[in-house]
Amino acid sequence: MLVHLPILQVIVPLMAAPLCLLIGRARLAWLFTLVVSALAFLISVLLLQQVMASGTIIYELGGWDAPWGIEYRIDELNALLLLIISAISTVVLMAAHTSIQQEISADRQTFFYVLYLLSLSGMLGIVATADAFNVFVFLEISSLSAYALIALGKDRRALWASYQYLIMGTIGATFILIGIGLMYQMTGTLNMEDLARRLPEVENTRTVFTAFTFVIVGICLKLALFPLHLWLPNAYAYAPSIVTAFFAATATKVAIYLLIRFTFSVFGLSFSFTAIPLQILFLTLGLAGIFVASTSAIYQQNVKHLFAYSSIAQIGYMIVGFSISSTTGLMATLLHVFNHALMKGALFLALAAVMYRIGSVQLNQFYGLGRQMPFTMAAIVIGGLSLIGVPLTVGFISKWYLILAAIEKGWWPVAVLILLGSMLAVVYVWRVVEAAYFKPPLAANETIKEAPLTFLIPIWILVIANIYFGIDTRLSIDVAQAASLGLFQGSHGVSP
Amino acid sequence: MILGLYNYWIVVVLMMIGFYIVIAHGNLVKKIIGLTIFQTSVFIFYISIAKVNGGTAPIIAEGIQLYSNPLPHVLILTAIVVGIATTAVGLALAVRIKEAYGSIEEDEIQKKDNLDC
Repeated sequence: MLVHLPILQVIVPLMAAPLCLLIGRARLAWLFTLVVSALAFLISVLLLQQVMASGTIIYELGGWDAPWGIEYRIDELNALLLLIISAISTVVLMAAHTSIQQEISADRQTFFYVLYLLSLSGMLGIVATADAFNVFVFLEISSLSAYALIALGKDRRALWASYQYLIMGTIGATFILIGIGLMYQMTGTLNMEDLARRLPEVENTRTVFTAFTFVIVGICLKLALFPLHLWLPNAYAYAPSIVTAFFAATATKVAIYLLIRFTFSVFGLSFSFTAIPLQILFLTLGLAGIFVASTSAIYQQNVKHLFAYSSIAQIGYMIVGFSISSTTGLMATLLHVFNHALMKGALFLALAAVMYRIGSVQLNQFYGLGRQMPFTMAAIVIGGLSLIGVPLTVGFISKWYLILAAIEKGWWPVAVLILLGSMLAVVYVWRVVEAAYFKPPLAANETIKEAPLTFLIPIWILVIANIYFGIDTRLSIDVAQAASLGLFQGSHGVSP
Repeated sequence: MILGLYNYWIVVVLMMIGFYIVIAHGNLVKKIIGLTIFQTSVFIFYISIAKVNGGTAPIIAEGIQLYSNPLPHVLILTAIVVGIATTAVGLALAVRIKEAYGSIEEDEIQKKDNLDC
């Protein structure tokens, strides 16, 4: 059984999705989905343990040898991502039943869980597989279910947001498909390990350059890297609250994983950073993303919009860490992937609770909520502090390593800009805090009570994780460091 | 040069036509048509790179040594299925948008959204 963990990780939620349809009743479907997601979480914990103890796990699907068969490959990086996705999914699901009962009409609730499971298995599959074409298939499984999930939102703008995401997402995925096709044309293989071995022989051809560019641009579209981020704010703002919490914490992280996997492992570090001026390009776009998105966040009236723009800014930090291209820089990126999932999971779940009680997340509806929903608002405060990067929260850890990496490289201006970017986070987080604690409650909201426990428990699990991993950093740093070192050693060619 | 690589020319031209429609047209159904053409160009690309000079269809038969590469064909079967699913979801969304907004023109939808804000 233990040998088959890599495939079980993906196949359990995939098989559970149609079963969910058979169950039919929403409450049972929810319990079932929760159990399946918890099972996926358990598998990912076992996988991480196994990888940390005995190194990379290789699993050949159906016993066919790679590169003919599809291979699943779990190293520290994969295991970390699998853990993040399945953990966030499980925690978010705890609040799902209460939340969607209000946000989705009764006849569609079962479909919600079907789509949710498909999306989950798609993301897990992207991370687990070591086959380039398989990545595309899983990418589309997760994306197609994501479009449908977003379109379930109550507001009609959800439909429009979902449509725009569909167009952008499909262009991105098709670009990746073109890139994979060109790579196959040059090397005759789709296995990532095999590609890494064969690409250097042909790396000075225009075809490989073109393949690289298509793959990178395609991933950046999925990543919502500034200036390709336009689909993200509305998609996050109008999707059902639970969907927002799940995607904000996981979807863009999967794209970050793909970016790292393709640049470091498949194309190799020396090719990736010399074929196009990736370093300066990503540094500029990352920093521009931080400032433009943070500034936009300050002017938002819808709090979901506000944190969605903040997500784009946080992706900027991850990309800056990536562009530094040192072990510390990459480690900072991976830490931020982990930490940002915890922050945004907590923040968007808290917003889901507000949505449940008030039915809106406009900033002017937050007046006086600090007294009426003390636990939910406290969660937003702590999540916000973490977003800013205050010590004793996870946000501090990743910012610390990011600045360390910039200084190591001698990039002082970058370190200063990162700190300035955090100041902008202070401003937008403060706007929410000010509304919640320093304004008198609205007359219409006087009867509003604290959110039910089904919300408070998952929210506070994530909030406590925010603090716990900000103090006891052994798990996150160990894994991120091992993954980062592994990527640099495994990457063919010398580092620039 | 030009004639020898004609399959790539077809792919590139189709790709650009599709891409242009997606960007330039405001009608949601036309956008999806553009997207489909864009995806189709990639299918043709995959199928054309599978051709081996002098090779026949990849079916084992006596006296035939040279076959075209069947793998891209299989890959693209999957991609076609994905493409159809995307088109279906896109069209379904267009129907729902028509019901909710009373229009499938991008600028009119945007106008109504701006009024809502």
